[in-house]
Amino acid sequence: MGKVVEIRWHGRGGQGAKTASLLLADAAFNTGKYIQGFPEYGPERMGAPITAYNRISDERLTIHSNIYEPDYVVVVDDTLITSVDVTAGLKEDGAIIINTTKSPEEVRPALKGYKGKVCTIDARTISVDTLGKYFPNTPMLGAVVKVSGVIDEKVFLNDMVESFKHKFAKKPEVVEGNVKALERSMQEVKGL
Amino acid sequence: MAIRERMSGNEAMAVAMKQINPDVVAAFPITPSTEVPQYFSTFVADGVVDTEFVAVESEHSALSACVGAQAAGGRAMTATSANGLALMWEILYIAACSRLPIVMACVNRTLSGPLNIHNDHSDSMGARDSGWIQLYSENNQEAYDNMLMANRIGEHPDVMLPVMVCQDGFITSHAIENLELLEDDKVKAFVGEYNPKEYLLNKENPISVGPLDLQAHCFEHKRQQAQAMMNAKKVILEVSAEFAKLTGRSYGLFEEYMTEDADVCMVVLNSTAGTAKYVVDQYRAAGKKVGLIKPRVFRPFPVDELTAALSKFKAIAVMDKADSFNAAGGPLFTEITSAMFGKGVVAPKVINYIYGLGGRDVRSGDLEIVFNKLLEIASTGKVDSVYNYLGVRE
Repeated sequence: MGKVVEIRWHGRGGQGAKTASLLLADAAFNTGKYIQGFPEYGPERMGAPITAYNRISDERLTIHSNIYEPDYVVVVDDTLITSVDVTAGLKEDGAIIINTTKSPEEVRPALKGYKGKVCTIDARTISVDTLGKYFPNTPMLGAVVKVSGVIDEKVFLNDMVESFKHKFAKKPEVVEGNVKALERSMQEVKGL
Repeated sequence: MAIRERMSGNEAMAVAMKQINPDVVAAFPITPSTEVPQYFSTFVADGVVDTEFVAVESEHSALSACVGAQAAGGRAMTATSANGLALMWEILYIAACSRLPIVMACVNRTLSGPLNIHNDHSDSMGARDSGWIQLYSENNQEAYDNMLMANRIGEHPDVMLPVMVCQDGFITSHAIENLELLEDDKVKAFVGEYNPKEYLLNKENPISVGPLDLQAHCFEHKRQQAQAMMNAKKVILEVSAEFAKLTGRSYGLFEEYMTEDADVCMVVLNSTAGTAKYVVDQYRAAGKKVGLIKPRVFRPFPVDELTAALSKFKAIAVMDKADSFNAAGGPLFTEITSAMFGKGVVAPKVINYIYGLGGRDVRSGDLEIVFNKLLEIASTGKVDSVYNYLGVRE
């Protein structure tokens, strides 16, 4: 059995954590991987905590359960850290990636003694600078690719340019901003 | 060349329907199957199919519209889940006895109550005696492939029965995974045209559909319906063989995974079979002789083939994602054990687990409990409990 990379996303309804997990699945698919991207559906309310998952592998995936021991955890909203057990089962040789203005050192005490890598990214500032609005998806996607190394960075960036061009065919003006958001998040993620 | 794609199980079913391009689709939205008609209605709006899409006011009407369309001589399809299927109940039986090969995407969800949108098999298992052929699908690929084969199976002159293609709500219906699609022209050639011998709109040979049918002939018609279900087994195998030539993907009445030299075997439907394969691989790596059988065809029930396949094991666990509330065992368990008894296959010890009700996540560790119990039974020959629950707080 080949190595399967498992990722768990925590976000709030409406922030696009599910979409981000599907974007990551797409990006990995485009590099030839076997992928799974699936949300855990509950009561769907704006602002309620939601969870989404990715499995990425070089071999066919058959397992169909949620992920309990992820290699990586992505937290799209740092207010979740105090209300959701975001590090539950997270592997110590993995990493947690948090959208926050704080540094990894400032966040770590809130992570219940998690000993693995803590990475932070200020997705809000990047998003507002590059897109003019707060869409944390794209910067979080860049950060998780950078931290996990699950996809080759250059291949990923080239692929995402094409993907954005296709996705935003009717809004070409946002393509450049999204690409910039990816590039900046890959450069600015802290704690590597 | 097959098309390498990634999409959810719902989208895969909708794409299959697009490629089939039926005459009529009538559906009413219900989670988690809503996306199937939702995707399909965009194909209609975009003009990529020339299907008449009937937006009805209930599932009862959805299936009634399909009955009308199919009786008129068209090819009709629908999609539903859980209480939507329950609301179709009356018409399920009428579609089957009228010998109308309607195809339904059934995205399995627990039947209320309690009110719950998540997956188990209480919806389609409840419909097991309605006269519909039932095909079960482990993942998006199988959901797609079963949809492509459903028309050919149901419309065969020796069959003429409606077909329900089941997949697990949310677990596969809403999960994006890799799959291979066929090109549109290949699907069109494979599925072909629907040319029923008799239909309502044929003015050369006028018929009635669904008239009063009392003591004089009703029983004969039921007997013919039963015969059609018996005939379906052969047709399913023929259509699947042809599909395998086209795609390289082989389907039988059930899938056997690592069973050849297995001492013990789990029998499980749909997505959990995928998780079970993962567990089987791990046990095999540790030298433990465990295997898996995944029924694909539950109606018709493959009595001869399944009992022959099961006869060689020392211990078998039949997994039911629906309870019969009979205080004795779930529907798959009771069918399998009664089939084994009827065929004189009494050597294997058979136990039953009710699991995953209401969308309770089924983890690999849960299935390890089952395999460990089977290995214990195989070595001791003793069964302490036949009817069990897995993964529930008691």
